[in-house]
Amino acid sequence: MMPWIPRGLREGIVTSRYPRHPDGYGEGFRGTVIVHATSGTPEQLALATRACPTGAITTVHDRPRVDRGRCILCGRCAELAPAVFSLDPSFETAAVDPRGLVVPAGDDDESAVEQVRSQLAGRVRMLRRSVQVRHVDVGSDGADEWEVAALSNPVYDVQRLGIFFTASPRHADLLLATGVGAVGMLGPLRETYDAMPTPKVVVAAGVDAVSGGLLGGGYASRGGLVGEIPVDVLVPGSPATPFGLLYGILLAVGRLTGAKPRRSRTSATRTSVAHPDGPTSSAPGSRS
Amino acid sequence: MTEHPGVSGAHNAAGGSRRFEATERDEMPQGPEMSESSDALDPNALRERVLDALRRGGRFCGLFGSAAPGGTQLLAVVAHEGAFRTTTMNVPAGLSSYPALTPSIAAAAWYEREIHDLFGLEPAGHPRLDPLVLPLADGAAHPRPGSHGNASPRAPSPLAPSPLAPSPRAPGLVQLDTTPLPAHLHGEGVFTLPYGPVRSGVFESIEYLLETPGEYLPHVRSRVYYKHRGIEVRFEGMDVADGVLLAERFEGTASVAHAIAFSRAIERLAGMTASEEAELVRIIHAELERVAAHLDTFIRQVEAAGQAVAYSRLTLHKERVQRLRARLCGSRFGRGVVIPGGVAGAPSLQRSDLVAITGKIESAATADLRLLMATPSFVDRLRGTGVVPEEVARRHGAVGPVGRGSGQTVDVRASHPYGAYGLLGYEPVEPSDEGDVLARQRVRLQEIAGAFRLIEGAALRLDRVAGSGRWRVPLEAGVSGEALGWAESPQGEILSLVRAEEGHLVRVKPRSASFHNLALFATAFPRDIFTDFAFIEASFGLSVAGVAG
Repeated sequence: MMPWIPRGLREGIVTSRYPRHPDGYGEGFRGTVIVHATSGTPEQLALATRACPTGAITTVHDRPRVDRGRCILCGRCAELAPAVFSLDPSFETAAVDPRGLVVPAGDDDESAVEQVRSQLAGRVRMLRRSVQVRHVDVGSDGADEWEVAALSNPVYDVQRLGIFFTASPRHADLLLATGVGAVGMLGPLRETYDAMPTPKVVVAAGVDAVSGGLLGGGYASRGGLVGEIPVDVLVPGSPATPFGLLYGILLAVGRLTGAKPRRSRTSATRTSVAHPDGPTSSAPGSRS
Repeated sequence: MTEHPGVSGAHNAAGGSRRFEATERDEMPQGPEMSESSDALDPNALRERVLDALRRGGRFCGLFGSAAPGGTQLLAVVAHEGAFRTTTMNVPAGLSSYPALTPSIAAAAWYEREIHDLFGLEPAGHPRLDPLVLPLADGAAHPRPGSHGNASPRAPSPLAPSPLAPSPRAPGLVQLDTTPLPAHLHGEGVFTLPYGPVRSGVFESIEYLLETPGEYLPHVRSRVYYKHRGIEVRFEGMDVADGVLLAERFEGTASVAHAIAFSRAIERLAGMTASEEAELVRIIHAELERVAAHLDTFIRQVEAAGQAVAYSRLTLHKERVQRLRARLCGSRFGRGVVIPGGVAGAPSLQRSDLVAITGKIESAATADLRLLMATPSFVDRLRGTGVVPEEVARRHGAVGPVGRGSGQTVDVRASHPYGAYGLLGYEPVEPSDEGDVLARQRVRLQEIAGAFRLIEGAALRLDRVAGSGRWRVPLEAGVSGEALGWAESPQGEILSLVRAEEGHLVRVKPRSASFHNLALFATAFPRDIFTDFAFIEASFGLSVAGVAG
């Protein structure tokens, strides 16, 4: 083991300081789609709407809106109607309700979403300092698992925030589900959910899990997981990126409040690093 | 492009006749396709022709079904040096079985199980016809991919008024028969331990049935159906531009390779090739994908071995690879880069920056991997573990690092050169014949180095040719016909069988390396015990999504 130690030391600190401080990751990165107030030409807008492979763009009263829960970030709309749509590296896009993923938000939507959020916050008070996560693949393409696993690498290092992966649903507070809702996994998904103690929260990660994305809704898969089990937080992305997932998990356990997440109570949670490690924790750092 | 006799309109008009018809065709890497065809009344014609091709040194690559107007078309692919030969046979609609290939060609076993699940066609004489990707309940209709081309292509609902409603696309899910499979092994104290589908970490869902007397694993079965998404049918009716986005999602850890195989099939239909600069960009992305996937196999093994520092180091390297991919194209998985006709655009990094970053990642990762492979507490877990004998790998036609660890040289970058691999003077790694986990990981170590050489070479050459800026060549509208595309994914050779009519996809069958190789997984446990399982599984490096479809 000895030769390994200096290598890590030489590297210095690679861990992100998010969410306490913003993380600069993502120059040119496709995090999400932004809809600008300018509407461009109707022709451009029509082209972009038609070109969207998942039908995520709708226009009501000349006002284009994008459902990030459907968007697979292919970038066609930004190419065809650059005045209206652009790709942006921001990753704080998760929402507590499908309506919260539609941008720009409708007038009624914001208050409705806020209501859902406060209900959720009341339910998860116990989970704020530390949360045990059980991941279930419900028919993903495999990329989602890489991103979930990346949360344990030294860059994201979610254990510093009191977030741990657990093997047993009995230890789990948070169910992190990926995938389109493949028919064969719906039973195991429900069983896992039922096996978890209350209070519990569910995060659906990636557009496949949120809406079915490009491939849901055939003979063997649902259009996402909403309606299969009670989903509390939806994380868009194809797949959802590690930062996007982290934001979604923090949102689910009520550690982010309001529209300005970084000005949150996370400073109080920094003490939770010394969480006693459960015997079934699969966090790799806790072994050996 | 020669019309495929097995599916042409003239032929289908007579499809009602109870005739088996077999045709053969060569898919050459370059140049026009050669085709030969003949009709035969003998239902054994397909098997005989495939067997004949194998006797002449061919390698069995797969057997696939497609719904055709007059019944079901079966298509076998056999690789020869420099070409793939396809042989087709139509099974008329009135017949529910055909003579199985598996008794003479063991490698066909999983393909015939898949055909049985998807088409309800029985390969008569198949020794073990357990459900594989779709265990349908009695009376449920088989999905029959190839018959949905006219269904409303992409109809995701407009999101207004409420995105809350589950997708109205869902026409109702199939009913699965989830009764446990009977045990294969019988003996004193032998029991079945089901492991999965929800695993004890962050893994894709799969169930392994471990039949064991305790500790040893004499019989391991993989049940992949849990993840079956019916993705092949989703292709049908899509236009080719959307099709490539779906191909990327067939197997997420090999997104780029699947996009390349699919796009090359479309380009063959359109009778064009992508520009050299586009092919070079494809190589950069495909090889970064390989580095990430190979690192991932090591990561899973150090995690299983409890090597916390090595885990931190290797996951850091992998994260840096993923970030580099995002800097090049915006996606951490290289999505949206490869499109039929070329690539979406220029890489968003200068050559000098790209080479500087890959150089740093390579030297750090290689140093750590060398140290890891010299750490006895780690290597002891790999040596002699999970042996796939050379003979078994050869008979199966094992692909990718699994094959190369067991003496096989299958690497379509060299044997069936595509894109710019020939220009870069690509040399495949020397296979190893030990066949154990260590051999597979050593192959991957060499491949990581080879991938970095290819990236460097491609970046250098790109500097010289990129002036023209021909990133994508527009495809002629309405491509039609049938073609095969291929690529070497991190897991091994992948194939993409594409049939299109007037620019719309009628049938797409991606065959992942994972599908072909997972069938070998059961043979890799001759003397191994429970605690070896994670190492052997990681050394196969497979994606369940690519198997379940």
